[in-house]
This record gives sequence, structure tokens and C-alpha cells, in this order.
Amino acid sequence: MSETPLKHIRTPLARVRGRGAARSGTGHFWHQRLTAVANIPLTIAAVVIIILLLGRNQAAVAQILGSPLVAIIMLLFIASITSHMRIGMQAIIEDYVHDEVAKLVLLMANTFFTIAVALAAAYGLLKLSFGL
Amino acid sequence: MAETKAPAARPLSPHLQIYRPMLTMMMSIVHRVTGFGLYFGTLLLVWWLIAAASPGAYSRYEWFASSIIGRLILFGYTWALIHHMLGGVRHLIWDTGHGFGPSEREWLAAANLIGSITVAVVLWVVGLLAMG
Repeated sequence: MSETPLKHIRTPLARVRGRGAARSGTGHFWHQRLTAVANIPLTIAAVVIIILLLGRNQAAVAQILGSPLVAIIMLLFIASITSHMRIGMQAIIEDYVHDEVAKLVLLMANTFFTIAVALAAAYGLLKLSFGL
Repeated sequence: MAETKAPAARPLSPHLQIYRPMLTMMMSIVHRVTGFGLYFGTLLLVWWLIAAASPGAYSRYEWFASSIIGRLILFGYTWALIHHMLGGVRHLIWDTGHGFGPSEREWLAAANLIGSITVAVVLWVVGLLAMG
């Protein structure tokens, strides 16, 4: 027998898909690029909004942040950056934290933190928009 | 008779301390550091949005934002946003397979740093002048 049929234990289809046992493959890589592209116009808009509202009083800030266009831009900004930063912090944790328990705890905390930031910011913006 | 040998002092692959600092290396580190900082900087954003949505609480943010320290922190946050964004554009260019040449990568790293400082300073000067 010159050729061993089990040279690779994985099927050719599994190898060509390159997704491994987790079935997720390049999902994070792609999502980081997707949110990065979205972040470009949203960050420019958000930085301009933050600086321009710096010297204004609460009534003016509340009115501008609660106006439809500004509120929607800020909501999109929040959604995109929190998603982006969750993946980014996960990469940092996986690079530097080698203790399995600490890594698991930090990865969970990362998810909790980013979702809490996203919802808290959205709460503020929606409250301003709907004047509750 | 089995002797347990002390683990051999294996050579580690060269790391940060062995290289002369280079611009491309520093910009890589700064990209990660700004990403890490921006992650926690979102707390500032949440504070601002929630404070704007609660009239009584905004004066504390105003006090912070008009203090020297607060201004420096806000300037740092917006600069980090812009720097990380331009660094991200650099990564997106690399994703297409371009920008790896010896002069290109130096040029891109310098443009990243000079661009972020310039844009942040210009936006703040305009913002502060608009504030009067």
C-alpha cells in the first residue's frame, strides 16, 4: 500500500472551508473589518459632535443630542464601536492572559462591559430623543 | 535511577527589549494602546450622554469638561479616536495587500501620527473658537 488513506484525519471539504472545530473560522476577523469601516464616518461625526457641544449648556446639548439625525448617528456610533471594541479587547486578553480561569473571567467581563456601555449610552440617547 | 532534570533555560524569541525602537513598531504599539484606552474612554461618553439626559446632573460634567484636566482628558480621548481610526485605515490598506514596501510603510506610519495630531488640534481650535 503506497498511499495511506488517512494522511489527514479531516475531510478535504473541512480543510478547504478552514473553519475548524468551532465552526466560526474568520468571523471575528471579518467583523472587526466590517465595524472598522463603519467606524470611519461615524467616528468623524462623533468627534465633531462632542467638540462642538463642549461649551453649551444642558438644555442646548439635550436638544441637539436628541434631534433625529444626531441621535441616530450617535446610536450607530455606539453600536459599531462597542461591537468593535469587544473583539479588540478579546484579542488583547487572548494575547496576554494565559491563565485559563483568569482568561475566561476576563472574556466574560469583556462581554458584560461592552453590552452595558452600549445599552447605557443608548438609554441616554433615547431618553433625550423621546423626552421621557 | 530516573533523575528529574531541571528544565533547560530555553532561549526565548526576541521581544520588545531587544529591538531598537522604530516608527512602525511604535505605531503598532500605539494602535493597541489607543484601542485599549478608548475601550475605557467609552465610560466618559456614557457619563456625558446620561448626564445630558438628566438636567440636574449635567453641571458636574460641565465642571469636568471645562477644567484643565478634563479638557486634557477629552482632547486625549478625541485624539485617540482619530489616531486609532487612521491606524485602522492603514490596516485596511494592508488588508488589500498594498502599503508593505519599505518606504510605504514608513510613510504610512508617519502620516498616521502627523495626521492624527493635526486633525485633533485643528478640530479643537475650531471648536474652542466657536465656543468663544
